[in-house]
Amino acid sequence: MKLRSAITLASAALVIAALTLAGALPSGAADKVDPVADAKAFRKFFTDKFPKVKLEDFVNGPYSMNEDLYRQWQEKEQFPPYEFSLEMGKEMFSKPFKNGKTYADCFPNGGIGVRQNYPVFDDKEGKVITLELALNRCREANGEAPYSYVRDEMAALTAYMAFTSRGKPMDIKIPDDPRALAAYENGKEYFYTRRGQLNFSCATCHVQSPGERIRAEVLAPALGIVNAMPIYRSEWSGMGTTSRRFTTCNSQIRGVPLSPQDDEYRNVEYYLSYVSNGLPISGPGARP
Amino acid sequence: MRNGMLNFALVLSFLASGAMPARAAGSEDDFKAAYAAADAANKEAGKLRNQWTTTANTLAAAKKAADAGDFDKATASAKEAEALAKASIFQATSEKTRWKEMEIR
Repeated sequence: MKLRSAITLASAALVIAALTLAGALPSGAADKVDPVADAKAFRKFFTDKFPKVKLEDFVNGPYSMNEDLYRQWQEKEQFPPYEFSLEMGKEMFSKPFKNGKTYADCFPNGGIGVRQNYPVFDDKEGKVITLELALNRCREANGEAPYSYVRDEMAALTAYMAFTSRGKPMDIKIPDDPRALAAYENGKEYFYTRRGQLNFSCATCHVQSPGERIRAEVLAPALGIVNAMPIYRSEWSGMGTTSRRFTTCNSQIRGVPLSPQDDEYRNVEYYLSYVSNGLPISGPGARP
Repeated sequence: MRNGMLNFALVLSFLASGAMPARAAGSEDDFKAAYAAADAANKEAGKLRNQWTTTANTLAAAKKAADAGDFDKATASAKEAEALAKASIFQATSEKTRWKEMEIR
């Protein structure tokens, strides 16, 4: 068969399949957005699937899924690999900007013990504001250049802020605002949407397969997955922000990543954080 | 069933793009036409926020082969890139509703 004929045939198959599927399925827009019911079902799914795992342990990702890894992690926590980042973050957080102000001036309670409230929905802007975005906006408002969302400085700052919130339950609010509900719903759609040549969604790994291995890695459950951010990953030999995690997940499934803090990533973080409400902040974390 | 259809379509597209022998296109004009079609399809995938890294890599390989004067190889790569881009467009389009099937309820 000639290549052109093969491509034509494949294209026709794609179009027919697309039309068939589009016609056969109901529109998602008709469903009511109900974050409370979603969160309840989300938690039930994981606690039913892993009845031996304590609810608060889901935030420990792959360690909650595997006894050997759990023991290794407990030993690792004696000298945690994120400690250097934590120290760096603490120092950066308290160091004044050129104008004399600090990060504390940009956040409620001086930025201490507030990580569990992020992302927030900004009703003036009508969009989700993540902690990483809020930190960079704080820098820019005070005449400083923003940090890269995927590099060590941002990881250090968020590591310190997470540490000051350790043990506090995630507490994401979705105001009664159609824009907030739309952001939440769009985040949910992003989470379940397959993408990349490997045809994976976030849920393929973190809902359908937590506890299973993908090559040498044990996959983490989606419940509580953001509570541990940022993380030190041995695979990266360094710290990783939430932005870094999202973009590398995309490229690992052969999808071109979006830009960090694009709406899709902000919304999916909003969704994932909301459905993890009530679980403790455990960041900064360490992962294999 | 729906998964089966999607997989079938994707596999078919991959077979068409990768496993078939390349037609001896030969000319620079053939390459340019194939590359333009692939680039347009990839841009459409970009509008859907669903480009694939493999499409970009295959487009780059096509360009590299063309720069080296190997228009047979360049044209074959461009056609492969177009098939990949079309598969990514199909994926993005079908997932607009299919994602609900995976949702925890």
